[in-house]
Amino acid sequence: MDKKIKQLRLVLRNCGFIDPENIDEAIARDAYLSMGKVITEMHPAEAIKIVKESGLRGRGGGGFPTGLKWEFACNNKADRKYVVCNADEGDPGAFMDRSVLEGDPHSVIEAMAICAYCIGAGEGLIYIRAEYPLAIKRLKTAIAQAREYGLLGKNILGTGFSFDIELRYGAGAFVCGEETALIHSMEGLRGEPTVKPPFPAESGYHGKPTNVNNVETLACIPVIFSKGADWFSKIGTERSKGTKVFALAGKVNNVGLVEVPMGTSLREVIFEIGGGINNDRKFKAVQTGGPSGGCLTEEHLDTPIDFDNLIEAGSMMGSGGMIVMDEDDCMVSVAKFYLDFTVEESCGKCAPCRIGNKRLYELLDHICKGKGDMADLDRLRNMSEVIKDTALCGLGQTSPNPVLSTLDNFYDEYLAHVMDKKCPAGQCRGLMEFFIIEENCVGCTACARVCPVNAIAGERKEPHKINKGICIKCGACMEKCKFDAIIIQ
Amino acid sequence: MSSIKIELRKQDIEKIREIAASFGNDEQELINVLHKCQEHFGYLPAEVQEVISEALQVPLAKIYGVVTFYSFFTMTPKGQNPVSICMGTACYVRGAEKVLEEFKKELEIEVGQTTDDGRFSLSSLRCVGACGLAPVVMVGDKTYGRVAPDDVKDILKEYS
Repeated sequence: MDKKIKQLRLVLRNCGFIDPENIDEAIARDAYLSMGKVITEMHPAEAIKIVKESGLRGRGGGGFPTGLKWEFACNNKADRKYVVCNADEGDPGAFMDRSVLEGDPHSVIEAMAICAYCIGAGEGLIYIRAEYPLAIKRLKTAIAQAREYGLLGKNILGTGFSFDIELRYGAGAFVCGEETALIHSMEGLRGEPTVKPPFPAESGYHGKPTNVNNVETLACIPVIFSKGADWFSKIGTERSKGTKVFALAGKVNNVGLVEVPMGTSLREVIFEIGGGINNDRKFKAVQTGGPSGGCLTEEHLDTPIDFDNLIEAGSMMGSGGMIVMDEDDCMVSVAKFYLDFTVEESCGKCAPCRIGNKRLYELLDHICKGKGDMADLDRLRNMSEVIKDTALCGLGQTSPNPVLSTLDNFYDEYLAHVMDKKCPAGQCRGLMEFFIIEENCVGCTACARVCPVNAIAGERKEPHKINKGICIKCGACMEKCKFDAIIIQ
Repeated sequence: MSSIKIELRKQDIEKIREIAASFGNDEQELINVLHKCQEHFGYLPAEVQEVISEALQVPLAKIYGVVTFYSFFTMTPKGQNPVSICMGTACYVRGAEKVLEEFKKELEIEVGQTTDDGRFSLSSLRCVGACGLAPVVMVGDKTYGRVAPDDVKDILKEYS
């Protein structure tokens, strides 16, 4: 039962314990208590100081100190300001925000209200993916109930502070997780990012100071106020405080959400909480940070997880996706998979991202097909570094990370692809060769009949042979064979 | 703009105007208007965009720009049973690609296409956030988890 001991539920404190469609159950577990305390007893500057002292850093991936962000928005004077909750969880393999919104929507609403009070905003917007219909429904219910109880709306708790929240829907664009792109999308435009500065804290939604925080970041806020900054900052490592929720998935026995204090090692998460690798296969890599992150290996397993350590190891925290891979996964293909994602999701505004990533993808594809050479590996690295240095927004600046981290950690595998023309994991079709094991072949001719290019020859009831020169490696013969006589090498 | 030419009926035009008006004909609400229109028509052909353009006083080119930017919006009609295969990382490492191949083979269409009888369309989507069930396939609103290539025929049979 290690599982329970290692985990610490702050963000997910109410998920599964309350009926998310019933505000009374949330209140029974202290929802809106922190908000009440802040708006009745504290000056905004005092409250911001507490957030700063807690050491909370943005959970969306960047890791920017939340208190500082609030302070910037607070210091920019304007007639209107906005609080935005970024619930555009587009990172493939991450679903922690969805779980919070579906399981404990009030924690996000409460935190937004606290933030609004601190920075002097009257309106809040939640930018949520249209792909999360249940989360949308629960948020709508929660907002309506909070209004009914006077916890949202005009003159909250008789303090004169007014705040209300509206929902805005995303429409399937990964780049909208970037805050300037998100703001454009909320304004009904294409979700293209713009150069920062100006930061949204100066000029955001409608050109007004806007504070954008991720769902998980916000969910930490009520806890900080109820338990104190001191308590919160005792959890975690020196520069990363609190807990982090990870979406553990891939080839691991226990898949699902895991919330652990910062500083927990990857080994503890994958092997103790995650229960190790499926089917007793060998651990090969863990990918963190989604398309912006990298693949870490066995040697990183004992690294304490926090923002800075992961970056140092060549990956990043990202929003918290954690995909475990075993020896059957080809790291070159994994890099290609992420590039395919980036190419599709690139908004096309800046050339390094639009053209560079496409070229990176083509190079990787080339290598996977067995057509690469050593110069291609140099090209991959050079181009990755150029894209990193020159792209406009976070998406482009981090998109080569999967390539760079696999080049660093799995160079042998790249070498096998370009020098020996072999895929050690047996994933790259272009590098496979199909063989017929003579002893197993009964000469039923099923393979020869299904082969679309007539590459298989042999007499009836005699072992068959595949002509490698003609074979297109479609795998149809292998599927058809009932005697397991066809193998890939 | 689109290969499909349709003639909007009077009530269709009324419906679009009604949707636009419900958002105060505010150009900032464009994405919400598009969501509602797609909900109603199933897709966003050029003709629908033209009416939106008039109602919100936004150039048609800008609307086309927004529609084509976001993957959620489509300008071609989907099948009665839209099949979506999740191609998020968790699904990918658990073999979503093979499942997708099987659907392509069974339906004889490529991603983004609709079968000739209009019954099925095929798309790949990016992470539905059900990574614990990987690989995931959605048909309409129904979710299928841990799908193996062998399950594909049975899933399609449910809709025939």
